[in-house]
Order: sequence, then C-alpha cells, then structure tokens
Amino acid sequence: MFIDPHAHMISRTTDDYEAMAAAGIVAVIEPAFWLGQPRTFVGTYVDYLSTIIGFERFRAGQFGIRHYCTVGLNSKEANNEELAEGVMEWLPRFALKEGVVAIGEIGYDEQTPLEDKYFRAQLALAKELQLPVMVHTPHRDKKQGTSRSMDVCEEMGIDPSWVVIDHNNEETVQETLDRGFWAGFSIYPSTKMGTVRMVELLKQYGSERIIVDSACDWGISDPLAVAKTAMLALKNGIPAETVRKVTYANTLEVYGKSGQIQESDWLNPPEIDQRTLYEGNSILRGGREPRIEAPGSRKRDSLIIE
Amino acid sequence: MSEKPIDLLHHWILRQAKEQSAWFEERVNALAEGAPERELHMVMGLAPRLLGKAELALSIEDLSQANGALEGWQPEGLSIDGAARIVALTMYRGERPFAEIFKDLRRTADARELVALYRGLPLYPEPESLAFEVGEGLRSNMLGVFEAITQHNPYPRLHFDEHRWNHMILKALFVNSSLANIVGLDERNNPELARQLLDHVHERWAAGRGISPEVWRCIGPYAVEVGALDEFEKALTGEPREQAAAAGALARNPSPQARSLLAAHPAAAAKIAEHQVEQANISRNEVV
Ligand SMILES: [Zn+2]
Repeated sequence: MFIDPHAHMISRTTDDYEAMAAAGIVAVIEPAFWLGQPRTFVGTYVDYLSTIIGFERFRAGQFGIRHYCTVGLNSKEANNEELAEGVMEWLPRFALKEGVVAIGEIGYDEQTPLEDKYFRAQLALAKELQLPVMVHTPHRDKKQGTSRSMDVCEEMGIDPSWVVIDHNNEETVQETLDRGFWAGFSIYPSTKMGTVRMVELLKQYGSERIIVDSACDWGISDPLAVAKTAMLALKNGIPAETVRKVTYANTLEVYGKSGQIQESDWLNPPEIDQRTLYEGNSILRGGREPRIEAPGSRKRDSLIIE
Repeated sequence: MSEKPIDLLHHWILRQAKEQSAWFEERVNALAEGAPERELHMVMGLAPRLLGKAELALSIEDLSQANGALEGWQPEGLSIDGAARIVALTMYRGERPFAEIFKDLRRTADARELVALYRGLPLYPEPESLAFEVGEGLRSNMLGVFEAITQHNPYPRLHFDEHRWNHMILKALFVNSSLANIVGLDERNNPELARQLLDHVHERWAAGRGISPEVWRCIGPYAVEVGALDEFEKALTGEPREQAAAAGALARNPSPQARSLLAAHPAAAAKIAEHQVEQANISRNEVV
C-alpha cells in the first residue's frame, strides 16, 4: 500500500488512475497549484478549488483511490495582487471542507515581496484553523529559498512538526530535518529528484520525517514514481519498514493532524461513502498483487474498443 | 396531527447527537434568530466534525411519519451531518433570497455537502426559486449528487416540468442509476418520454449494447401509441429479467393489442410475479 502525497490528478488521465491503483496506490493528496498558465479571474480560481474538493475526489474514487487535497494560493499567482486578494477572501471557506488535509502548496517562487505577504497570510490561516502546511520550495535560488521558507514558518509561530517542506534535494535535506520539519522529495524526471538518488538518500537518512511523492502534473512526470521508488529501494536492501514509512505511514502521520485522513478511509470505508464517493479497491479486497504497468499498456495492444 | 418534515428531521438529529446535541441546538437557534451568514458557513463546515458521519438511524415508524408529513419523502440513507446541514440551512433567516444563499453554498461545496444540499430540496422554503440550482445538480457528473435529487426525493415529482422530468429519466439510464427509487415514476410518465425511451432502445440495440429492463415500465402504458409492440415482442423473448419486465409493463396496458401480445408469450407472463419482488431491489449497474 502506498500514498502519493503530492499529485496534481486534475491533469492526469483515467489510464493513470488505473495504473496507480494497480501499483498499490490507495490514496493521493492533490495540492492546489497553478495550471501551467496564470488564472486571470478570481472566479476561475474558486472553481478550481471547488473541482479539487469535489469532482476530482469523486473521479479518483471510481478507480478505488481515495483523494484528498490541500488548498492555498500558490507563489506564482500570489504575484497578481488583485487575484491574490480575491482568492484570500474565499480561501477560509474551502479550508474546512471534507478531505482538505493542509494549507498548500504555498511558499516562494521568485521570492518577491508579494509572495512573502501571501505566504505569511496563509501561514496565519493554517495556524488559526489548526491545519498542517505543505510548502513548495523554489526551483531557482533553491537553498536560500528553502532556508527562508523555514525562517518564516518559525517567525509565524508554526510548529515545524506540522509543516512539510517539499521538493527537497541533497543540498537542502540536512537543514530541513535538523530544524524539525518534514522533508518531502518529489520524484520528478529531469528537474527534481530521481529514484536512484532517492535510494541513496534513504540509505543515508533513513525514514525519520522523510516523505516520497511524485508531484506528477501536466508536465513530463510519472504517477507511478512512489511505487517505483519503493520497489527500487527494496531491491537495494532498504528495510521494508523504512520503505513503508516514507511511502505511506509518514504521510498519514503529518497530514493526519488535520483529522481529515485516516487509514480506515480505505481499509474500512463507511457505507455511505461507498454509495457516493468510493468504489473500493480490488487490491485491498485481496484480488491480486500490486504491479507496475505503463498507464494504458494493456489497451495499447488491442485494436478493439467496445 | 402530523409534524412538519423539518421538525421531524431536527428531532432525529437531536435524538442521535447525544452530547453534541446542545451545540447543534444552540447554533440552530442562533441561525433562526438572525445570526450572520458566516455563522451558517461555520455550522455547515463543522457538522461532520462535531456530529460525525453516521447514517441517521430511522425506524419503520420514523419513515412512515416522514411520508405522513410530506408524501413521497423518504429520508432513508441520510447521514446525520447531512441532515444537520439541511436543518441549519432551512432554519437560517437571512436577508437574501433563499436561492442566492443556496447558490453560494453550492459553488463552494464538497461532494458530501452537495449530496446533503440536494437531498434537502423538498424541505426548503421557496422551492420554485431553486429551478436553476436543481439544473446544475442534475448536470453534475457525480452520481451521488445526481441521485440526491432523483432518488427517494419528492421534489422532481412536485416541481419538474415535463422536459426536465424526461431528461432526468434519460440521464438516469445513461449513468446506470436505478429508476425504481424515483418518486412519482408512474404518475409523471408521459407519451413523449415513452417515445424518447423507444429511441433509446433502438440506439442501444444498434450498438450491440444491453438496456436496463426498467425502460419497459415507462414505455408500457404508451406501447401502442408510440408503436413499440415489435420491440416488446423482442423483449418478451429476450433474457429472463427483460422478459419479466416487459411482460409486467404490458400487463398494465389495457389495450387489446397489448393483451393479445402478452397472451402469445405465456412463458414471459409467468415471470411477472417473480419480477415484482425483484423490482424493489434493482441496483445500478444491472444492465442486460
Ligand atoms: Zn506541486
């Protein structure tokens, strides 16, 4: 059983959902982020939030995957002040919806004053509502931007054990762990972390407060990254308990603080959910062993569409 | 003396909420006495956190009281948090028209809230003003939301025009949602629907796909009028459940043509009784 704690499923296909379920992924967390181009109306942002708390949750449930999300104003769009002000007005309404496990992903992109302003405002909201935080760390000037993100969390009085600093790499992980934060790693081709490097990191740092995710989105990325990392780690002699923590249990522990995600959601779902939101998972029913298959590969070999 | 439906619902929540009933009672009173709208948002958000998500425990007697208070109202399967959301919204006394308050809640709702908002339709004030909002719910791709409107709910029977009624039935068939739990299915049946369903049968057969045996119930009363006797004949010799459904539907058509067609297929006619028992238990996905 795996959880992918960072997956932008709104950009993925039903083939991806099928492949993820077959690989043993039982739950995903969809952080609110930008869509590859900026939104220009507050209303489109509101509808986006409404989609990830509603329709995407339903869609995932049809494939036996439980869907959760984080809500927030991302750093890129924080630079549009008019949009940002509007989104901030609506955000509290979304933060207490079912399945919202954190405020996120928030933080810095270019580290501008507006990004800083809305990062702080959202940390204050997370504190007020007693929600965990998912922090997106910048691609450029990463090391300094990551340190600064943690400085601001501390300044705002947020307990580091409630914060996941995501998109870590070899250069940022030590400080993140030393300061008591959770360290997320996004296994994302070319730009972030790879599976082989991740296995090396697990050898060095173990499982304490480390979380593996795919960050799969509309770019070239891999929705099976968590399952693949787990398999490669096991092959390389990483203890099964370590693998379980970084691909499953740690996510439950930190985001479970929201009260909105628990193991029983997929192991023993309420009947009312089974009627409306969750069709059940064949792997959990003991139907078959998890396996890694390219999304849609079985269909690709067949000319018959019925 | 029969109680109002909303009072029954309120009573069932308090009965089940135990130590949280004081919180709920206090919030509902505040809403009824003109608390600001953000108070309503808070109660809607906190309901599952404080009251839990269990199904509302209802006895046979409760259900019969429900039907006595509002004919066709079937609150079975409601959750306690869903019921609390319905009561909070109904008791709230705001400045704005009800439909505007509803719209505002609907567009920021999670799936569970949407189901509750729409299950409450028969209990709200100004029901006619919700026509647009109901349309948005019917168009939803989330089956649970669609079924919150269509199943166990007297609102469509009372307030839908024929066009909307017919499209609800057609969509139910397309998304494999059972027709049996639609309140007023026979009462609101009409020849235009029978014609549309006959086209649906042709389309499915042409594509080599099965159809829900439930379509025959709606076509049956107008089988002669819309020219469906050949199709009935095919169904009467089809798969057993289809035979039973088609025969059952024809049996309720008093025309001589329907009678003689049924008389020509005694094996199918013999399945009617069996099918009537089954009909109450038809679940979705059962398409033959
Ligand atoms: Zn992301």
